[in-house]
Amino acid sequence: MKEKFNTLVSTAVPLPVENIDTDQIIPARFLKATTRQGFGDNLFRDWRYDENNNPRPDFVLNQPQYKGKILVAGKNFGCGSSREHAAWALYDYGFRAVISSFFADIFKNNALNNALLPVQVNDDFLQEVFAVIKANPQALITINLEDQTITLPDGRAATFDINPYKKICLLNGYDDIDYLLSLRDEIAAFEKTLQTTSLNK
Amino acid sequence: MGCARGEAQEGYPDVLYIDRHFIHEVTSPQAFDGLRKRQIPVFRPERTTATADHNVPTKDQHLPIREALSRHQVEMLRKNCAAFGIDLYDLGHPFQGIVHIIGPELGLTLPGMTIVCGDSHTSTHGAFGTIAFGIGTSEVEQVLATQCLLQYRPRTMRIEVNGKLGKGVVAKDIILYIISKISAGGATGYFVEYAGTAITDLSMEARMTICNMSIEMGARGGLIAPDGVTFNYLKGRRFAPQGSAFEQQVQLWKSLQTDEGAHYDKVLKFDASDISPMITYGTNPGMGMRITDRIPTESELREIGERHSFARSLQYMGLEPGTMLLGKKIDYVFIGSCTNARIEDLRLVAQVVKGRKKAPGVEVWVVPGSRQVEQQARHEGLDKIFEEAGFELRGPGCSACLGMNEDKIPAGKYCISTSNRNFEGRQGPGARTFLASPLSAAAAAVTGRITDVRELLD
Ligand code: SF4
Repeated sequence: MKEKFNTLVSTAVPLPVENIDTDQIIPARFLKATTRQGFGDNLFRDWRYDENNNPRPDFVLNQPQYKGKILVAGKNFGCGSSREHAAWALYDYGFRAVISSFFADIFKNNALNNALLPVQVNDDFLQEVFAVIKANPQALITINLEDQTITLPDGRAATFDINPYKKICLLNGYDDIDYLLSLRDEIAAFEKTLQTTSLNK
Repeated sequence: MGCARGEAQEGYPDVLYIDRHFIHEVTSPQAFDGLRKRQIPVFRPERTTATADHNVPTKDQHLPIREALSRHQVEMLRKNCAAFGIDLYDLGHPFQGIVHIIGPELGLTLPGMTIVCGDSHTSTHGAFGTIAFGIGTSEVEQVLATQCLLQYRPRTMRIEVNGKLGKGVVAKDIILYIISKISAGGATGYFVEYAGTAITDLSMEARMTICNMSIEMGARGGLIAPDGVTFNYLKGRRFAPQGSAFEQQVQLWKSLQTDEGAHYDKVLKFDASDISPMITYGTNPGMGMRITDRIPTESELREIGERHSFARSLQYMGLEPGTMLLGKKIDYVFIGSCTNARIEDLRLVAQVVKGRKKAPGVEVWVVPGSRQVEQQARHEGLDKIFEEAGFELRGPGCSACLGMNEDKIPAGKYCISTSNRNFEGRQGPGARTFLASPLSAAAAAVTGRITDVRELLD
């Protein structure tokens, strides 16, 4: 069972950069751990700390006025490497949702598999979200998974898509693997019909 | 091949059976942990093959790995493979190498298969007419547990390249060109089929270079219909069917063609004669241009939204908009990675450097994609050519492609690289990457500068 996701009300952290790749979210040299925990310390490592491991004051995670469980980022978030460590790092740091106008495929899947909700809105609405946070870093943003809506403090709202299966999983804390394990007999029956892939091993 | 369960509920994903699963040390430990927690075995261990590639040194591979965390990760892979009954091509094994290089070269990758790996460049295997794509670690666990994955149908895109390539233009230039045209996110949500005479004229190894970088435009996978070139390549490979069984399979594989008049969600066409040697100047693979071009200025960019990222990117690279890269001094040359570390790539490099020497002050690493590639290079005497030129031929692995193992490009240094990603810090914190073909990398190695390789070819 994963953590259940329903409604999230939180301030948000703005990161208006496009094409943020998973190498930025968690650089490769921090992928050596063999568990899922602890990656949050190195989230956005090279943007967050300089060569001497001092926090870079101009990076948003080092600016105390910006806090919250929602990250707001530019278009094509999570492109590049398939490392699920990127989703683990965001979650471990404390994020529960990422808002962007576009997500890379593998990242989106990885996020959904780890109770981190990718919320895709159109470009214009994304710019409104950035503007609202800039005007007031304390602004509370509401993400309602059941209704598939995101609402700003002044009531402006947008809807977002999520496939029905993933929605049920997130709302209930279900896992893909439980579903697949329940099909093992059917899978074994299907294998008998395979004609290719004779294994020469 | 196919779906283990036809009629799922509306909106529910399909269940895709996975014919071949590859794993490596970085994205698998947490998946095995999951199996242990559930106390379940690997469902079909014979369908998974493991190798150690990302986190291994490329020097002194016979010695224990120096760095403790890396050593631990490779040891975990050993333990997990032993405990769950999975074949492992470990350091020192004659089949060891980068996962996407060894699959095809061993004949583990065969047309019509579904293939996954916890690695985005799994798209490489699509060159054989397979459905091959990268997955996350949770999905690695699903495949280990059930040999299946939950999937939604992707949208389809056809990219056709017709005509003949010019002198000094190779597969890497084709794919860098396509990505520069459609951007780093241009194919997100799509599976791509590459077609056209410029693609079917390519060797199997060059086709792999194309499919490899599908992910660099956001596509989950890219594939090429199998043909005579594919079957010739596979004949006699270690794990491919042999003798009459092979001939039977070929008959079946021949049917793996897109139907005449099939519908694609998107079709793009390019002309091979429009493609020149390419290079990237920025920090995503879509920021590429002809090696003879100027870096664009902000006002030339297509989208306003790109501008902020563009300025940031050039600042990281230490480059000015509107300037040329030709003649720019470089510090490192990296020839390697699952994009360009097969034997044909090393032959291309040798063709340029034969009888020449590397420029003073430039460090050149040649990292074969596998032990077998390395052996073949030695067999053909390429190692001598590299040695005489002052290049270092290392042991197989991902090496400086990802700044995880010992091979890193130092901060601020310029590296021309045959790999696939030029992200900030990809080759090491602060490293500055120019992506290019093996020919262009070789040319830069001998001149010490970004060079149009056509000037060095007779
Ligand atoms: S060579 Fe580079 S891109 Fe290929 S699998 Fe290794 S790290 Fe990934």
